Amino acid sequence: MSPSHFVALSVVLFVIGAIGVLVRRNALVIFMCVELMLNAVNLAFVAFARLHANLDGQVIAFFVMVVAAAEVVVGLAILMAIFRARRSASVDDANLLKY
Amino acid sequence: MTAVHLLAAGQATSAGASVTFWVLAVLSVTAALGMVLAPRAVYCAVLLAVVMLSLAVLYAVAGAPFLAFVQIIVYTGAVLMLFLFVLMIVGVSAPDSMRETIAGQRLAAGVAGIALLVLLSLIVGHAAIGPAPPAVAGFSVGNVRGLATLIFTKYVFPFEVTAALLITAALGAMVLAHRERTSPKPTQRDLSQQRVAGSHPSPLPGPGVYARHNAVDFPALLPDGRPSELSVSPIIVARESELGTGPAAALPPGGGAANGAAGEQDTAGSEPEEARP
Repeated sequence: MSPSHFVALSVVLFVIGAIGVLVRRNALVIFMCVELMLNAVNLAFVAFARLHANLDGQVIAFFVMVVAAAEVVVGLAILMAIFRARRSASVDDANLLKY
Repeated sequence: MTAVHLLAAGQATSAGASVTFWVLAVLSVTAALGMVLAPRAVYCAVLLAVVMLSLAVLYAVAGAPFLAFVQIIVYTGAVLMLFLFVLMIVGVSAPDSMRETIAGQRLAAGVAGIALLVLLSLIVGHAAIGPAPPAVAGFSVGNVRGLATLIFTKYVFPFEVTAALLITAALGAMVLAHRERTSPKPTQRDLSQQRVAGSHPSPLPGPGVYARHNAVDFPALLPDGRPSELSVSPIIVARESELGTGPAAALPPGGGAANGAAGEQDTAGSEPEEARP
């Protein structure tokens, strides 16, 4: 069970999350895919921390989790404000700045 | 313990770890794919919970027990619950529209994703990632102590900045989610005056009174045996007459005039809410 397996899994999860961000139209689901990408990167951090026998990677993963929590809070509040104004959570409907 | 025993124990744990890894890797990749493909946002949230829980176990396997617990508490406990709360407000029933608004966008996204996968695989494949060192202090027993030492010595300034970030985020969420009242809040006196001025000052009859079943969609029976329109919520009447089944389907949709007035009276106390699409 070498760290390269963990890194490979994190690569796969990151790519799935990125495809989800590109494909989905619901802003909430896009947010969830961003969370998946953040989790994938955390897994890589943990794997490399184990590889180098150095706890710094785990501390960075911890900070990533904190920042992700803050990001989710503000992002969901923005989403609710947009939903209240436009009655839709689809990213296609937020097109006021379109030419 | 002799060296042979140690070696055997190490092999047993590594075999267990690799079984755990492969099971959870397959599970998490499947759940992540399902999350991207599921049409309803609630399914996406549940599948994301599966991914996060399996990642928590993987953290524990990879020598980060503290992060595993933080992952469960912060991600599946707080972040996903927040997602579900917002999901319930925004509307759970409507599935995501699968119609492409930009022609060929899905194909392009797939090609870009595969390109990203190839690129990252090449990078990871070129890097020589060796096996992990066998037994390191701070990755099982002393994990919390080691992390605490690092956070409160080397990373104490980022830690303090994180506190500021969290306070700012909480304030920002409060400001963004706040709704200004457009009309003055009705006082208790206003509500009671509205109630008496309406056609039905007393409480409405409950459903199921003198009927065969005590269910919310069974209209109460009047003394002469007719069903009472007032006793069933107009929403249930509209739903059952649309479905064509149920005991309330026989009632006229929308209820009587008094029912409508009572409905207005009920909603007058709450905040003005537009009709959901």
